[in-house]
Amino acid sequence: MKAFLILEDGTVFTGTSIGSTRDCISEIVFNTSMTGYLEILTDPSYAGQAVTMTYPMIGNYGICYEDMESKKAWPDGFIVRELSRMPSNFRSVDSIQNFLAKYDIPGIAGIDTRALTKILREEGTMNGMITTNENYNLDEIIPKLKAYKVTGVVDKVTCSEKEVLPGEKFRVALMDYGAKRNIARSLEKRGCEVTIYPASTTAEEVLASNPDGIMLSNGPGDPEENVEKIAEIKKMYDSNVPIFAICLGHQLMALATGAKTYKLKYGHRGANHPVKDLETGKVYISSQNHGYAVDESSLNPEVAVPAFSNVNDGTNEGLSYVGKNIYTVQFHPEACAGPQDTAYLFDKFIDMMKKEDK
Amino acid sequence: MPRNQDIKKVMVIGSGPIVIGQAAEFDYAGTQACRSLKEEGIEVVLLNSNPATIMTDKDIADEVYIEPLTVEAVEQIIEKEKPDSLLPTLGGQAGLNLAMEIAETDFLEKHGVKLIGTTSLTIKKAEDRLMFKETMEKIGEPVAASLVVNDVKTGREFADKIGYPVVLRPAYTLGGSGGGIAHNPVELEEILENGLRLSRVHEVLVERCIAGWKEIEYEVMRDSAGNCITVCNMENIDPVGVHTGDSIVVAPSQTLSDKEYQMLRTSALNIIDELGITGGCNVQYALNPDSFEYCVIEVNPRVSRSSALASKATGYPIAKVAAKIALGYTLDEIKNAITKKTYASFEPALDYCVVKIPRLPFDKFISAKRTLTTQMKATGEVMSIANNFEAALMKAIRSLEQHVDSLLSYDFTSLSDEELLEDLKVVDDRRIWKIAEGLRRKISAEKMHEITLIDRWFIDKLQIIVDMENRLKNEPLTEELLKEAKRIEFPDNVIADLTGKTEEEIFDLRNQWDIHAVFKIVDTCAAEFAAETPYYYSVFGSENEVESQNEKKKVLVLGSGPIRIGQGIEFDFCSVHCTWAFKKEGYETIIINNNPETVSTDFDIADKLYFEPLTPEDVEAVVRYEKPDGAVVQFGGQTAIKLTESLMKMGVPILGTSAKDVDAAEDRELFDAILEEHHIPRAAGGTVFTTEEALEIANKLGYPVLVRPSYVLGGQGMQIAVSDEDIVEYMGIINRYKQDHPILVDKYLMGKEIEVDAVCDGEDILIPGIMEHIERAGIHSGDSISVYPAQDLTQRIEDMIVDYTTKLAHSLHVKGMINIQFIVYEDQVYVIEVNPRSSRTVPYISKVTGIPIVPLATQVILGKKIKELGYTPGLQKKAHYFAIKMPVFSFEKIRGADTTLGPEMKSTGECLGISENFDEALYKAFEGAGIRLPKYKQIIMTIADKDKEESVDIAQRFEKLGYKIFASRGTAKVLQEHGVNAVRVNKIGQEAPTLLDLILTHQIDLVIDTPESGIEHQRDGFIIRRNAIETGVHCLTSLDTAHALISSLEHAFNNQELSIVDIAKIDRRAEQHK
Repeated sequence: MKAFLILEDGTVFTGTSIGSTRDCISEIVFNTSMTGYLEILTDPSYAGQAVTMTYPMIGNYGICYEDMESKKAWPDGFIVRELSRMPSNFRSVDSIQNFLAKYDIPGIAGIDTRALTKILREEGTMNGMITTNENYNLDEIIPKLKAYKVTGVVDKVTCSEKEVLPGEKFRVALMDYGAKRNIARSLEKRGCEVTIYPASTTAEEVLASNPDGIMLSNGPGDPEENVEKIAEIKKMYDSNVPIFAICLGHQLMALATGAKTYKLKYGHRGANHPVKDLETGKVYISSQNHGYAVDESSLNPEVAVPAFSNVNDGTNEGLSYVGKNIYTVQFHPEACAGPQDTAYLFDKFIDMMKKEDK
Repeated sequence: MPRNQDIKKVMVIGSGPIVIGQAAEFDYAGTQACRSLKEEGIEVVLLNSNPATIMTDKDIADEVYIEPLTVEAVEQIIEKEKPDSLLPTLGGQAGLNLAMEIAETDFLEKHGVKLIGTTSLTIKKAEDRLMFKETMEKIGEPVAASLVVNDVKTGREFADKIGYPVVLRPAYTLGGSGGGIAHNPVELEEILENGLRLSRVHEVLVERCIAGWKEIEYEVMRDSAGNCITVCNMENIDPVGVHTGDSIVVAPSQTLSDKEYQMLRTSALNIIDELGITGGCNVQYALNPDSFEYCVIEVNPRVSRSSALASKATGYPIAKVAAKIALGYTLDEIKNAITKKTYASFEPALDYCVVKIPRLPFDKFISAKRTLTTQMKATGEVMSIANNFEAALMKAIRSLEQHVDSLLSYDFTSLSDEELLEDLKVVDDRRIWKIAEGLRRKISAEKMHEITLIDRWFIDKLQIIVDMENRLKNEPLTEELLKEAKRIEFPDNVIADLTGKTEEEIFDLRNQWDIHAVFKIVDTCAAEFAAETPYYYSVFGSENEVESQNEKKKVLVLGSGPIRIGQGIEFDFCSVHCTWAFKKEGYETIIINNNPETVSTDFDIADKLYFEPLTPEDVEAVVRYEKPDGAVVQFGGQTAIKLTESLMKMGVPILGTSAKDVDAAEDRELFDAILEEHHIPRAAGGTVFTTEEALEIANKLGYPVLVRPSYVLGGQGMQIAVSDEDIVEYMGIINRYKQDHPILVDKYLMGKEIEVDAVCDGEDILIPGIMEHIERAGIHSGDSISVYPAQDLTQRIEDMIVDYTTKLAHSLHVKGMINIQFIVYEDQVYVIEVNPRSSRTVPYISKVTGIPIVPLATQVILGKKIKELGYTPGLQKKAHYFAIKMPVFSFEKIRGADTTLGPEMKSTGECLGISENFDEALYKAFEGAGIRLPKYKQIIMTIADKDKEESVDIAQRFEKLGYKIFASRGTAKVLQEHGVNAVRVNKIGQEAPTLLDLILTHQIDLVIDTPESGIEHQRDGFIIRRNAIETGVHCLTSLDTAHALISSLEHAFNNQELSIVDIAKIDRRAEQHK
């Protein structure tokens, strides 16, 4: 069946429908990772977005459910050049075609994804619609696309109930704003007992459990929208519990302490972003997925100083909080998909908790 | 860290002659690195024995030594030039080994020279089998169970313990020379014995066989601050067991999930970090297809063939960045040359798929086994880029120029199903074609996977291609079907064959439905950032990204495709120089080529690079967009020449000599008319198509006769026939492929062969020099030792050569280059052939005469006159030194190839010996080619009857130098009659010890075996020569070569110190004007 991708600037791509045939309106973004499509599809940070894969052949190694980064698929839509008709990998138990159908994700294949990526790069991230309706009416659709705004996504993706993953050593409270599974797994692997809290949990409740450390997770959407959560995070900041934050968590902590965030033209989504540790000067390749960034000029140097910066465009990639045991990064040390080079930051978090322990 | 200011003068060692396992990729890497060093204001001293390279140009390095790659040469150069640093990682294994040999002494320290780029400890950790294993164990990286052995007995015991099959890998050898897989004790003993001999340190690794696992490679970079990145990973379609150089390779990996991809990536970074490499490194893995289990196979702590491929596949210039890292820069300080916005400390993201296919030389070595093993056999490779795998594969196939353009190109229909399946068990270069045939017969993909262990995903892709063949054969050709066929890159001619239409009809349909190739950019970042670099590939069914500008005049330069015997790196040298010359004249330059190993496919050589097959259809797609003002075909070898007619049809003017005149040189009748008009003699002969016609002419002329196809390079298919049987066999071989042009049969004259390259501007002609071959006519010019300036010509003969050259250039209306081969026979000059194009000898003769022939020819093509350019027309004054070009062979790599030299070219590369003394120049040339005598001072001579008398002098002189001579019965008898104390040894098959036993005891330096004429593969000679080669004994098959060798040895015996020559200081124009 034919499918169409309509952008808010009026561009229309014609391709073939994949997955669900229902219409979807979403923010169109692109990801440059060459592997890891399942991890990307199950990353809650993509809630409210339709993802374009720049790598042209997707589905080659099929689906292995244990690689899912959350309980379901989150993107509103999936845009590819070509889906492999035959998956091949020793762990593969399903095909991507079935996966998309199973989770009711609409998508489009057979379009020039490179041309689409160039539009998004030049014009900035924009909204779009995937439809199988051949009689679409641009005059009707484009105003709708322009008016569309992603809201309330954190509440959509967070867990509904507290969950405890057993461990022997440190007790970590993980705030789930849309956490990827490998965050908890990375902590578990280091012997932590991880308690996953719904995003709406109050600081009082979290602190009352007397955790050794708090982990603020990644998540979707515009960080500024999360006014209440930011207020709770401010309370966590005021406590003396060591805090490690990733992506949205990093942005929320910055907002909680008076800094500002802004929307990037087309974001960073991929597995090849170089970030520089400003303390050691060392460069690491990181996995990234964010459309917003912390505005470094808004930082109060008495509160937080940059800890990482992006080698490509110089944007902020991490903060170290002055006089506090708080460390936050914009990129994804938990990888999945992407390089594992910055996994050492979880060790650093363990060290932070150890220090506090003494 | 900014650059280390202490580094001011760097010595770079190149990789020497092109051999199998070490091809043009090191010229590419070396050239890029030298330019990168010069960019930083560093003075570069270069040593490389290979004169055909671009890196040995004076534009690339400041001081250039084309000397043998020996410790003595390096030491002498260091003493003279006093560099402060030595960069050892650019010259492949040959360069690295040489640097290591010197680093093991205190010479570098004494002379204040630092090794930069990497330390000798790092190299040892990576290259020494035992240290490597210990290092890997230390960081918990798995390697296959293995043991380093120094003798056969220990090897056998270990193999018995871990079980067969086992893999044998000799330490410090190129392209896995002497390695292999042993399935039983007999094979083990055979391979192990040979491997021990070939290893520089007499070490062979015996390891658990992981054949059948996926073979995955990572290209990794690390700087001195410890920052690490991976440039690219690659997956071999052929599982472990086939050398990666002989495998079809795809980038990035296709069948690895993120978990496996990252697992191996992390491992590669751990390894490069532990080894402490500063620069580039290649890590090869075997990955169990049914688990996460993996083994590190090998680490190359230097630029490599894979790094060249990764550079071209991603746009990330590994050699350039490695050179900057060697100077102290960190990755985050080096700009990404493609985006110019981002930095070298990132990992390329591909939004396309790259396929590499090796170019194997079995069309040259018909008697050789086609089996692929851990011993590399490919002479070169092609690469293609597309946005789907099927398309990339189809494009790569037709880039090979091996009479293949689809999966239908090899015909296995005569095999029964059982035979086909049996045949599939043999891993050879036609495996994917056999799989396709199986799929056509509806043999299940699963069955193909079981036999070949090639991943199901790749087999399914072959299935998709076969399905398309069937659709084209059986369905009406609709717009939708044609679009789909083009999306997966079926060429028009194949579609035409399958649909029963003509190629023109397909082309018309494509025009009617607007189905045309468009071009995309290789930008390292999957379009995330705007790229400034014009590096393009074609796809169907997408939007075009290329902007064609028309401000400047545009010229299209056609490259020479994959490196093969007969068409090597020389033509890349010519293409690159031509491009630079056009740029200088204000032209916009466009290169089309498909060889990832070359300098011409570096994205900053031409203004635009199209990485495409060199077929008329692919070239037409580029021409459609670019509409060039002209095309140059005379520098790209036969590949480019073959495109002449098509280019003219597309309306692209051919710059320089016209297509009509190119034809006249190749067309027997037209050419004969020209010769007759000018009273220029040539050997009598005629043209034929069939064996019957050939027999008739041969008998009329009288044997011996020379048989060859027209329009070929490197004497492909050329043979000397001495009998009717020979004619029948050779014609059969030539006619394996349909010949578009007639076959030539000429009387064979055994005289002295002379070669001339010249530039003609339409009026005047400039002849840089005359070259003379050491071997008599009958041995291909590319396989002969070539001497400049010619030695033994009388003034009369020299004048005749100049006169004939001038007349031929004029009558063929040459504008640009011409190459002519002559025979001097009984004081008469005969023309053998005329090529109105650049030749193999152009780089060599340019360098040793100091005349930049290619830029000169380019300017002439653009209408300038030789006189205007500051040169005096005519034959240039002889140099005051001798420059001798020595062919280099790779026979030891190709099992079963006959080493006898003849009219068909067999050498893979060349090196140079240069000196004011003729014999010293010869000695250096032999040394450069690896013939370094004496070792045991024992030689074997088995001489054909016709040569016996002549061999006496050679034997006497070897004896005088203290060599002991062993000879077969007849030869010994003649030698003894002349007072040579030759030891008679039995022939093969007679009572032991025989000649063969003697060779196998490894006490022999050299075998001189001149074959009897005619077909004689089965004869003793073939067995002797093969065994000599396979045991590492040099083998000469021409008395002329032997004669030259003994002269050079006599010289070396009397003179210890060799002189060295900086060829960058040769400037003949300045000399002329003095």
